[in-house]
Amino acid sequence: MAKFTLNGQAVEIEADTNMPILWVVREKLGLNGTKFGCGIAQCGACTVHLDGQPVRSCSTPVSSAEGASVTTIEGIAGPEGELSALQKAWISEQVPQCGYCQSGQLMSATALLRDNPTPSDDDIDAAMKGNICRCGTYTRIRRAIKVASGQLEPTGEEA
Amino acid sequence: MNDLTSKKERSGLSKWSRRGFIGAGVLAGGGLLIGIGVRSGNPIGALAPKVAAGEGEQLVNSWVKIGLDNVVTAIVPHCEMGQGAHSVLAQMLADELDADWSQVRVQQAPTDGSYIVTDTARQFIAPFTMNAADWLEPTWDGLFTQIGRLADAMLTGGSSSIRSTGQYQMRVAGAAARKMLVGAAADEWGVPAGEIETRSSTLVHTASGRSAPYAEFATAAADQPMDQTPTLKTPKQYNLIGKSKARTDIPSKVDGTAKFGIDAAPDGVAFSYAASVRPPVPGTRVASMDASKAEGMGGVLQILNMGDFVAVVADSYWQAQQALNRVDVTWTKSESPIRTTADQFAAYAKAIDEAGADGGNEAAAKGDFAEAFAGAATTLEAEYRVPYLAHAPMEPINCTAMVQDGQCDVWTSTQVPLRVRTELSGALGIDTEKITVHHPYLGGSFGRRLEAVYAVMTARMAQATGYPIKAIWSREEDTQKALYRPAETSRFKAGLDESGALVAYDNIFTQRNDPAEASVPGIYSIPNTRVRTAEAPLHLPFAAWRSVDHSQHGFFIESFIDEAAHAAGADPYEYRLAMLKDAPRQVAVLKKVAEMAEWGAPLPDGHAKGIAIVESFGSIVAQVIEVDMSAGKPKMKNVWAVCDA
Repeated sequence: MAKFTLNGQAVEIEADTNMPILWVVREKLGLNGTKFGCGIAQCGACTVHLDGQPVRSCSTPVSSAEGASVTTIEGIAGPEGELSALQKAWISEQVPQCGYCQSGQLMSATALLRDNPTPSDDDIDAAMKGNICRCGTYTRIRRAIKVASGQLEPTGEEA
Repeated sequence: MNDLTSKKERSGLSKWSRRGFIGAGVLAGGGLLIGIGVRSGNPIGALAPKVAAGEGEQLVNSWVKIGLDNVVTAIVPHCEMGQGAHSVLAQMLADELDADWSQVRVQQAPTDGSYIVTDTARQFIAPFTMNAADWLEPTWDGLFTQIGRLADAMLTGGSSSIRSTGQYQMRVAGAAARKMLVGAAADEWGVPAGEIETRSSTLVHTASGRSAPYAEFATAAADQPMDQTPTLKTPKQYNLIGKSKARTDIPSKVDGTAKFGIDAAPDGVAFSYAASVRPPVPGTRVASMDASKAEGMGGVLQILNMGDFVAVVADSYWQAQQALNRVDVTWTKSESPIRTTADQFAAYAKAIDEAGADGGNEAAAKGDFAEAFAGAATTLEAEYRVPYLAHAPMEPINCTAMVQDGQCDVWTSTQVPLRVRTELSGALGIDTEKITVHHPYLGGSFGRRLEAVYAVMTARMAQATGYPIKAIWSREEDTQKALYRPAETSRFKAGLDESGALVAYDNIFTQRNDPAEASVPGIYSIPNTRVRTAEAPLHLPFAAWRSVDHSQHGFFIESFIDEAAHAAGADPYEYRLAMLKDAPRQVAVLKKVAEMAEWGAPLPDGHAKGIAIVESFGSIVAQVIEVDMSAGKPKMKNVWAVCDA
């Protein structure tokens, strides 16, 4: 029995203690926003927060979440469901293409801005280097992080 | 004859008819539907149960629905894999319809033969092939044949969504619907149709002060005569086309709600999960399997020897993969003499060597290469090789399948849903009408998901076990057993005259796929040109990788043009410009990128710039890249790119 907090809610779930958090969240708890990309912590698509720290959920056993707090992409909006500043910037800068890596990108960026409210380009590159985007949205990710941190004005495509 | 001529026989593909078939009908709830088939005789009404969007609605061969709530729904036959086709195709339809963009929705067309797009590939390419040199014309037929064969007629690829479906289906559907709405309002209001304006999903007759939302006339409009070739807007009349609009799929991609193939979760279905392993070499099979170490592992339900692959079905994917890792499989031996990359390149070298100076299959020729080469002031040669490349989309290959009671339901990310359905039918022995292929968003593809193997494997497991199964390929399995962009070798010979101008050009390479013009340096005016292919044995099957042959040949040709410029002591930008005599669009693109990159301006020590231009599927792209070599290995500092799409 694994017991932890998921996006603010207590969960108890029957699972092999070695099973990675990724599969517990996706298959047993039905939250599909966190993605499987590589299974060996090399691409970042599965990034979630474990007690606030970004971790690769594909390679983090659920036992390490025991009694801890797990946050996924479904848990970063505000209490009324309003999008976070980063999510809004992801829309204003039209960041995603295929979108598959973007949950992980947003989780890494969320941790970055919490620790460093006005990151430089180098700070962004360092914090985001573990998140691969096969479509190549990196320059827009960087711009969106700067928009969310108030360092750039939103571009804002026409709605 | 001074034109390049193709030795390839014309495929016999008949000239397409621009005239589409348009059908209209009324939603049972009162909305208007417009449908344009790409061939005449599409059965009206056949799609009704498949595209019904709400209670009482009935679809009749349709690309657009106008509901009672004044919402316009564009039914898009292409998949969304990050390229933005869903949004842009809806935008094109909405522009011709003068629809209120905020009230436009996108619906993925179901996997159905009525949504074929193959014939329209001809339509989209025709406009610019007409402007291209005549000698390119025969090469297009091969492309259409290839597209049709690959696609099973419902394809997203070949840069065709906007040019074909957008231009000849979505825009026409929107314009036809607009005309019918105007006709209905004119009859009701007793005013000339020409006096009625449309804007923002509203009909307006200024003189009488009347106006009405489209929804009010949707039903009556369906009884209006259908214009099969409505007048389309001119660029000056566009309200939405050419405007940068927010993409409709993006909000769901920032909050985790976007549904990719791997997220398939049909209501009320408890899935089992499968991990599988295929032979390491094509053409081999399972010789024997020892599953004793995997049996009894947590969550394991069944261990399957499927002959051509081995799989574990378990309560979770992770458990299935853990158990699969402990299954010992012995595979049959490959008969192929080619085992390694080195073997493959040796086979290519041998084939090119054997073709010699004048052999091989001539793909295109202009002038007299041999004579011009013999008389050249300077000659040069070069050989280029590119490796096999995996597509490596972020979403691993996966499929979810249920096979029950003679029916099959499949959820999978695919560029070719109809092909998936056809191959499933063959593998399962189930009629296509009893197979439903659901195709959600693709987490990238780049050509990877043009095959149906993974869907067939999953459905076979579902059929064999009776379980609804979600199968996921490990990243390692996808990378090792994927289809790849082919490895290729390309050799060049060239002769320059005393002024340094390229007067003789010969290129022989080893893999010819599509489109055929990719290997022809057609944008350059080189008087004596010869392009040949050499046939070599292959170990791996061909796969299309974004831009298909252009990505290899663009690299080969442009690298060699640079060598020629170097041999001539010329600036690579000026050298290209001088050869773009009959290519005004290319000249404009090249000049623009040079201007943006400040070509020729002084650079820091150890820095250098390179320039290249490639035309691919009708789009012209030029780039300048600045590289810093001061640390001994290249670091890319800047890329400037210009595209004339």
